[in-house]
Amino acid sequence: MAEMRQPIECGVPDAKPYMHPTMLKNYGKWVYHSHPKPGVLYHRAESGDEIWTVKAGTQRQMDGYTIRKLADIADQYAEGFVRFTTRSNIEYMVTDEKKVEPLIKALFDSGFPVGGTANSVSMISHTQGFLHCDIPGTDASGVVKALMDDLYEEFIKCEMPNRVKLSTSCCEINCGGQADIAIIMQHTKPPKINHDLVANVCERPTVVARCPVAAIRPALVNGKPSLEVDEKKCICCGACYPPCPPMQINDPEHSKIAIWVGGKNSNARSRPTFHKLVASGLPNNAPRWPEVGEVVKKILNVYKADARPWERMTDWIERIGWPRFFEKTGLPFTKYHIDDWKGHRRTLNASAHIRF
Amino acid sequence: MAKKMHDTPMLDQLESGPWPSFVTGLKRMAKNNDMAVDLLGQLEASYRDLKGYWKGGTVGVFGYGGGVIPRFTELKKDDKPVFPDAAEFHTLRIQPPPGMHYSSKLLRDMSTLWEKHGSGLIAFHGQSGDIMFQGCTTANVQPAFDELNEMGFDMGGAGPALRTSMSCVGAARCEMSCFDEARALRTVINNNLDDMHRPALPYKFKFKFSGCPNDCVNSIQRSDMATIGTWRDNIQVNEKLAKEYFATHGMDKLMTDVVGLCPTKALSVKKISEASKAEGISSVAVNDTHALQIENHNCVRCMHCLNVMPGALLPGKDRGVSILIGGKSVLKIGATMGTMVIPFMKLESDEDYEKLNELARNVIDFFAENALEHERTGEMIDRIGLVNFLDGVGIEVDPNMILEPRSNPYARMDGWDEEVEKWNERQAG
Ligand code: HEM
Ligand code: HEM
Ligand code: SF4
Ligand code: SF4
Ligand code: SF4
Ligand code: SF4
Repeated sequence: MAEMRQPIECGVPDAKPYMHPTMLKNYGKWVYHSHPKPGVLYHRAESGDEIWTVKAGTQRQMDGYTIRKLADIADQYAEGFVRFTTRSNIEYMVTDEKKVEPLIKALFDSGFPVGGTANSVSMISHTQGFLHCDIPGTDASGVVKALMDDLYEEFIKCEMPNRVKLSTSCCEINCGGQADIAIIMQHTKPPKINHDLVANVCERPTVVARCPVAAIRPALVNGKPSLEVDEKKCICCGACYPPCPPMQINDPEHSKIAIWVGGKNSNARSRPTFHKLVASGLPNNAPRWPEVGEVVKKILNVYKADARPWERMTDWIERIGWPRFFEKTGLPFTKYHIDDWKGHRRTLNASAHIRF
Repeated sequence: MAKKMHDTPMLDQLESGPWPSFVTGLKRMAKNNDMAVDLLGQLEASYRDLKGYWKGGTVGVFGYGGGVIPRFTELKKDDKPVFPDAAEFHTLRIQPPPGMHYSSKLLRDMSTLWEKHGSGLIAFHGQSGDIMFQGCTTANVQPAFDELNEMGFDMGGAGPALRTSMSCVGAARCEMSCFDEARALRTVINNNLDDMHRPALPYKFKFKFSGCPNDCVNSIQRSDMATIGTWRDNIQVNEKLAKEYFATHGMDKLMTDVVGLCPTKALSVKKISEASKAEGISSVAVNDTHALQIENHNCVRCMHCLNVMPGALLPGKDRGVSILIGGKSVLKIGATMGTMVIPFMKLESDEDYEKLNELARNVIDFFAENALEHERTGEMIDRIGLVNFLDGVGIEVDPNMILEPRSNPYARMDGWDEEVEKWNERQAG
């Protein structure tokens, strides 16, 4: 056998060779920014150097044509350098204000919407889905494409009270993360066990240990080692599925989509918050998930009309209270909204504070 | 020319509408790429059946134990893949430059390389911050990695390992930045690559770096160790920009959007003649008669007023970082946020960065020795208590670590006098 090449364990590369020279020159020396228009940021450094950033949405999963198109735009209309945001938006930096408008035009003309800055609805952070995960209940890129088509105007305009960050996740593991509005798969039936597979594939102790409510027991089924699930205990979280593919949790009909609101990462005003359940039971309706889009738009419209400037989703709900949130959005309040997981009593109203 | 396209009536519906379509991209690839043709076929089947058709396996590169996400098709008929050209569709997780900066040339080079060895499909970026080179046969994983590696790029993390890290744009283009995020990231990650490339931890471990408490990379909720920029001295003020803000926004906005939303009531508007000159107070005139006054000792560095009045208010000069430990997502105890364990440390000199590196190493070592299998740091702290964690890594208790002291008496407190002694010594020293 030919000698194998040893990897060069070089780790994280230095960003300097790939950074716009004006950013490099003024590294750590920026003193001011403003938001001249949707999709455009202006930054000024101590030295007086200025830079304009134009932000555009992408599909995240990019084919070669798309990547080269983005690179060509960087060379023709910008200054050869780009960066990506955590939400897969691309940013072009230019040091001449006159380049901003032609760059915006080139991006729109090539199908990349310019926006996503400040108080807009930015690109949805998304996961792998059917395209690449081995446990997904639904797709990721498709859900995002369908929703962003719906929210396009909110991306290219900045008309929200504060920034709105969305995420989608194709299982309850929630790789998409906490967000102002998060769209997450919610299973409603315990896994159906494929016993024939268990004996061959499964690491039984690993699976048993993975269940958060100890609902899985080793068992003999038809004389072979397998597992059984206590269906009364099971909370349908799907945690047993990644380590044990025979634990079939995904179900075309009973795997539903839930919507959560009020997650916030930043420390601005209130401490960071986790998103909270507001709706569930929505159908996994590929390829465009219209029922999900309806609920998301409904929540966004009420937030847009009712929240004060700078209030994130969570700040707004904190001010108006949950009863009013359900009243204003018209979303039903059910027993499933009341938490019963460990520590849940912290989430109950232990006061006489009521709004009428 | 590639093989004939499969019918994809459902995916076709994702080509309309104004947002960029990944389906259109895949179809463009499929014109001369059999793997893309079959990928579209399998994806359509997933849409139709609402079922994922990938399973994992073991694929890697020589010398490393992780970083490749293997995907083999499960969609088979008579034991043969229905979509044979996408039967193997692995992903390489590659670490990007911190801050995700690219030259146009780098983008083109990566694209060309991946069209040669893989499907051509690249995700910029995964949620953990990797460049995800998606779609590679088992045979091509090694040559693809070798070429990327020769370009100066290295494999990211997967499995029970140190994971790829992320930092915000920070110092490169943001006036809120309180430290060199990229340097901190490279220091911590590049000194611990063995734990990334040869997975042997109880479970994943993530570091994230945000230049200020706006926490643009979501470090409190999504990383086991969050390093967040902050400052100890007074907020810096710029009178010219404060007056500009006031001229365009007026007193109502200043009162409701800035003063009224400060979480700790640290802001007030005073007549200039009555503005305080005391230590810990910054004040800036907004017009000829009034000034915005900040009581810095009661400011919690939430960033709100700095966000609303950019440039007029800036982080102080005595900058450093806060460190929080134990953020993670849902499994298995529910999502948890990081807990403040180091309220402030400087991060300027070489020694400061070395200290951060040592702390990171201590935390990983403690995790490696004390976490149960498949337990994240946050879960471990839930199980053993914060104090045991602090003892283990050698950090002293501090009231900044809590929201409030305990409200139940269920603790053995026979060491009280000694603990008081320690506190007094620390206060004196
Ligand atoms: C130019 C520098 C930037 C400034 C001045 C800035 C400012 C801010 C502000 C003010 C907030 C908090 C808003 C609030 O809750 O009131 C925020 C949040 C956020 N920023 Fe930035 N940002 C910058 C760059 C970035 C970049 C480059 C990214 C992504 C790569 C980013 C991603 C985010 C995200 C995801 C949040 C939301 C966190 C949350 O959910 O609360 N920001 N940013
Ligand atoms: C077995 C199936 C799994 C697959 C295929 C999978 C795949 C992925 C991928 C591809 C990413 C993005 C990676 C990147 O950005 O480089 C990701 C992120 C993530 N995964 Fe998974 N994952 C799996 C299981 C899990 C499990 C079991 C958990 C939690 C216990 C989990 C939690 C997360 C989280 C929280 C993120 C986002 C990370 C961050 O932004 O910090 N995943 N996953
Ligand atoms: S959210 Fe779940 S299904 Fe989706 S990519 Fe993450 S682990 Fe896979
Ligand atoms: S779905 Fe969740 S609760 Fe149900 S058996 Fe599996 S791990 Fe346990
Ligand atoms: S975390 Fe702070 S320093 Fe970093 S980009 Fe966001 S606002 Fe700027
Ligand atoms: S940064 Fe400080 S002064 Fe400004 S709003 Fe936040 S807590 Fe108040």
